[in-house]
Amino acid sequence: MKTNDVILQTIASVAAFIILAFAAYLFFAGHHEPGGGFIGGLVIASALVLLYIAFDMETVEKGIPVDYKILTGIGIGLSLLTGVGAMVLGYPFLSHTYEYVDFPFFGEIELATSLLFEAGVSLAVVGAILTIILSISEDV
Amino acid sequence: MFETVLLVMLFLLAIAILGGLYRAIKGPSMADRVIALDLISIMMIALIGVVSIYMETDAFLEAILLLGILAFIGAVAFGKYIERGVIIERKRDD
Repeated sequence: MKTNDVILQTIASVAAFIILAFAAYLFFAGHHEPGGGFIGGLVIASALVLLYIAFDMETVEKGIPVDYKILTGIGIGLSLLTGVGAMVLGYPFLSHTYEYVDFPFFGEIELATSLLFEAGVSLAVVGAILTIILSISEDV
Repeated sequence: MFETVLLVMLFLLAIAILGGLYRAIKGPSMADRVIALDLISIMMIALIGVVSIYMETDAFLEAILLLGILAFIGAVAFGKYIERGVIIERKRDD
């Protein structure tokens, strides 16, 4: 049966970017407000799942050529490296620091190394969720 | 006075959720249940809004947007399952 998904595909391709922008907001707001790496990764994964539902697996893999198992490894490695980096500088494992930096347009911004840790958590969550969902949707 | 209005609103929204729950349990077809679950999640969005006004905090406003996204994706996934039988296809048949 030939079906026509034009409304779903148009809505999904616009809504995915809005959901990704919301994910970026949640990720960067996590230091002072509700949000953080885990929920940011979940929202990124939900945007990608919306694309997978609206289109098919081969189209999305052509557009986003990412192996999610490798993405999980990169995320866990990044979180581990932020802990090891503190050990290299002579502090205990996973001790984080922050500094206030002046940017030309945005003004004074607090840059914390826990942002890198949260980025690793976020990549690991995206990779794990999409590996699970794409694995159980194979061969139907 | 204002808190009384908010409590009355919470009560009415709870009645609306119970109405949606009745349709989700009793609904004769699968599509009735999907629409009822979508209605319940939208009523929960309104409930979170009223509760965050009642508690005088803006910490729950991300949860409103998140619940809207999850309700949309869930409704789309159920609709595609009813229509096609699969949710994520390997290749489209067109």
